[in-house]
Parts: sequence; C-alpha cells; structure tokens
Amino acid sequence: MDVLFRNVRELVERAEKEGKLISEVMIEQEMLITDRSREDIMQQMDRNLTVMEEAVEKGLQGVHSVSGLTGGDAVLLQKYMQQGNSLSGDLLLDAVSKAVATNEVNAAMGTICATPTAGSAGVVPGTLFAVKNKLNPTREQMIRYLFTSGAFGFVVANNASISGAAGGCQAEVGSAAAMASAAIIEMAGGTPQQSSEAFAITLKNMLGLVCDPVAGLVEVPCVKRNAMGASNAVVAADMALAGVTSRIPCDEVISAMFEIGQAMPSAFRETAKGGLAATPTGKWLESKIFGGSVVGSGQ
Amino acid sequence: MKFKSVFDIIGPVMIGPSSSHTAGAARIGRVARDLFGRQPSWARIHLYGSFAETYKGHSTDVAIIGGLLDYDTFDERIKTAFEEAEKLGMSYEFIPETGNVDHPNTARIVIGDDKSEMSMMGISIGGGKIEITELNGFPLRLSGNHPAILVVHDDRSGCIANVANCLYKYDINIGHMEVSRKERGDMALMVIEVDQTVDVEVMGELRELPNITQVTRIAD
Repeated sequence: MDVLFRNVRELVERAEKEGKLISEVMIEQEMLITDRSREDIMQQMDRNLTVMEEAVEKGLQGVHSVSGLTGGDAVLLQKYMQQGNSLSGDLLLDAVSKAVATNEVNAAMGTICATPTAGSAGVVPGTLFAVKNKLNPTREQMIRYLFTSGAFGFVVANNASISGAAGGCQAEVGSAAAMASAAIIEMAGGTPQQSSEAFAITLKNMLGLVCDPVAGLVEVPCVKRNAMGASNAVVAADMALAGVTSRIPCDEVISAMFEIGQAMPSAFRETAKGGLAATPTGKWLESKIFGGSVVGSGQ
Repeated sequence: MKFKSVFDIIGPVMIGPSSSHTAGAARIGRVARDLFGRQPSWARIHLYGSFAETYKGHSTDVAIIGGLLDYDTFDERIKTAFEEAEKLGMSYEFIPETGNVDHPNTARIVIGDDKSEMSMMGISIGGGKIEITELNGFPLRLSGNHPAILVVHDDRSGCIANVANCLYKYDINIGHMEVSRKERGDMALMVIEVDQTVDVEVMGELRELPNITQVTRIAD
C-alpha cells in the first residue's frame, strides 16, 4: 500500500519539505488511500467533531454510570474553576474537566467518538475545547486538530498498538495524550518538528502505564487517567513551544512503548486481574457491582 | 498496515464504554450476521482472553448481540440489545473460555436457525477495528490492506470462474485470492482481496450466481 508516511520522521520531513501542516499531509493521505474527495473527508471529521462537542456538553451537565463508580466530577471541576482560586490555571483545569466529561459520558454508555479508543476518548476533545478558548480557532482549524491527532495515532496504531489489552494504558491514554499534544502545537502555530517533540515528551511520561480497570469497567481509573493525560498533553505542548526537545526521537519512543507493552504481564493488560483492579477495594467494588463472592488471595 | 484510514484512529462514533470490547464486539457480531445473511434464531458465543475476563463490565455481550441484530456501533438500541433479541425470539448463550488464543480479544460466534448454522472467529485489535480469523473451520488470512469479499459456496465446477467473471465485468481487479473446501463436493470458501470498492450492486449479482450460499464484504 502506498502511503505518504510510515513513521513520525517521514511525516515531519514531508510536512516541512512541502511547507504543509501535518493535518494537510494526513488529509492528502486519506484522499490517496480511500479515493474519497477532500470535501467528503472534511465533512466526516466535522461530524466526529460535533459528536465530541455534544459529549463534552452532556458530561458538563452531569452524568452517572450504571455502576455508580463514576460521574459528576466534570461538574465539580467546572464549579471549582468558576470560584477563581485554581492553582494549576484555568486552561489546564478546563482541559481536565472536559476530558473527564467525555469519559463520564462514555462510562454511562453515551455516544462518543473513539480517539483513538473509547477508554481514552476524553483527552483529544478535552484539550481541544480548552485550548479553543485561548486560541480562538476557526471551525476548519478545529477539524484539522483531529487530523493532526489522527496522523500521529496512525503511526502508533500501525507501528505499536492502541489497545489496552495488547499494550496497557500507555497504548491508549498514553497515545491519546501524545496525539493531543502534537495537535495543540499545530493549532498554536508551532512547527511539525515541535509537534513531534511534544508527542515524544508526552508519551515518554506515560510509558509503563498499565491497564487495570476495576471490575473490568472503563471507569476506575480510566476517567482520571484521561484527566492526567490531558494535563500531560498541555504541559508537554508548552515545553515544546518553549524550545525543549526530546533526546529520544519520537519513533524510538513509540518503539519503546510497544516493547514495554509486549513485556507487560497479562494481569496488567485489561484483564481486571492486577493493579488497582486487584486491590481489596477494587475487588470489593467488583463483588458489589456484579454480585457473587470475592475471590480471595488464598491466605 | 492494519490501520488504513484516519477514521480508524479518530472514530468510530460509538456507544460507550470500550472501542475494542464494545464497538469492536458489535462489529464482529454484525459481520457474523452479514455472513449468515439473515437474523439467526439462536447464538452461542465463546469469549477468550480479555473478552472472557471483562465482558460484563464492557457490555461486550450486549454489543455482540446488538451486532447480530444488525446494529451499527453508534446505534442507541445497542443498550437494549438483550431485550430486542428476546422480542425477536433469538436465544443466546455466552461461554467464557480459559483456553489460550493468539489475540487477547477473541470471540467465536456460532449462530444458526432451522435451516443452517455457521461458526466464525473474530478478533478486536483496538480502536474498534476488527479482523475475522476463521469461518466455518476455514482459517482466513486477510491482509486487511484491501477490501475483501468472502464467498461461501458449494464445491462445484464453475463457481470460481463465475465469481471472477462477475468481478471482471465491473472492472474490479483481484489482488489476492484463496480457495479452500472442507471435502470434495462439500462447502467451500473463496477469500478475494480486491483493489476497488465492491458496491451493493456487485454484491447482489454475486449472490445470484448458482451454488453461492453467502457473500459478504470485509475491511472496506
């Protein structure tokens, strides 16, 4: 299959050589591979953006999951922000609250757009709708944010993994956070190379993160991991815009993530058998939700 | 490359909570339904790996049934798929398995009615993307790089030529093709990877050919 890029190095090189945005390279590749028109592709992404907007709005009104494990935190965060005493700053907290809002809707079996997965669906829209208030982008620039995220996610999905069952949470929220970070750079007017630096810095700080959902539900700790993924993305974007670079090139960070995922025991890959899921409280919650006896540790 | 489109990454639009365990599961169910060609009256679903461990929490079971009822990943009715199945009189059973499989998110779907039954193995590889790895005991080796058509047919001479001719008529080029059969004269399968998109009209014409049982599209 002919593609315009197979890794981040090729993506950045092509964008810089042709003087194009990363989002533009992604759009061109999509046209090439699927034989669809630009208009058609832009419209589909526009619809996905609308789904994300609606999910954030719904979450900010307050939703709760059937299990009762998650819900209402996005509302708490927004109220706290409005009091004006936040320590980490409004943009960061706004991103966090909107990421949480999306994942609370997801946990409640609402409609979301997977970016790259449902469990990590909060990070990209959460950061987008927070950064939006600062940068005042056009609708097209917001759509492009999703193509830039998608370009980096495309590389990760094909060269490593975006599945928690295959590579742990680093593959899901880790990838999502790094994708968002790269997209923030483009929206803020940074270079394709800076997108790549931001991506690498973010993913490096998510390496090793396991997937250990309590009771197998996409709730605890998934919702809060999206919150921290969003904050990681924003901070790393600021670092890259400040001129900080990653000593380990982006593609090598992606390879490291893959290797770590391969070495991860299955207890930490979405089986709900290790980590937080296996804590006494995690097990108690599981038995409370699904009934039945708690499987003991043999003591 | 397994992930071809940007919408494999930014998408699908779906009912939560999990792209692999809910949306992917629904898609596996829907491909099975599509291959079977009609609403099955019963379903027996074997779950492996992470699917077996966490299917309740992810509503994997509800989603697979939703897929068997022909619902897309964003169809609100997925949430009430069990009730809808009961209304239609479709019985179902989920069997969590402990055996080892190659991929952690694997489901074997056995469905049928009073006329026939079918078995299919699917894996959910992340972000809602799926692959079909086995059909009625035939291992499928789809590269996933091109649109593919699966044709289940009776092992009779002329079947393969008829299908190839039909594709030729619509200017569809075959990139890779595999044929296999259970026993001589028994059920047989063609797996055809093509370069162009196969539209509804072509699918309809393929179904009308003699000795063809089922035709479905994958990875388009």
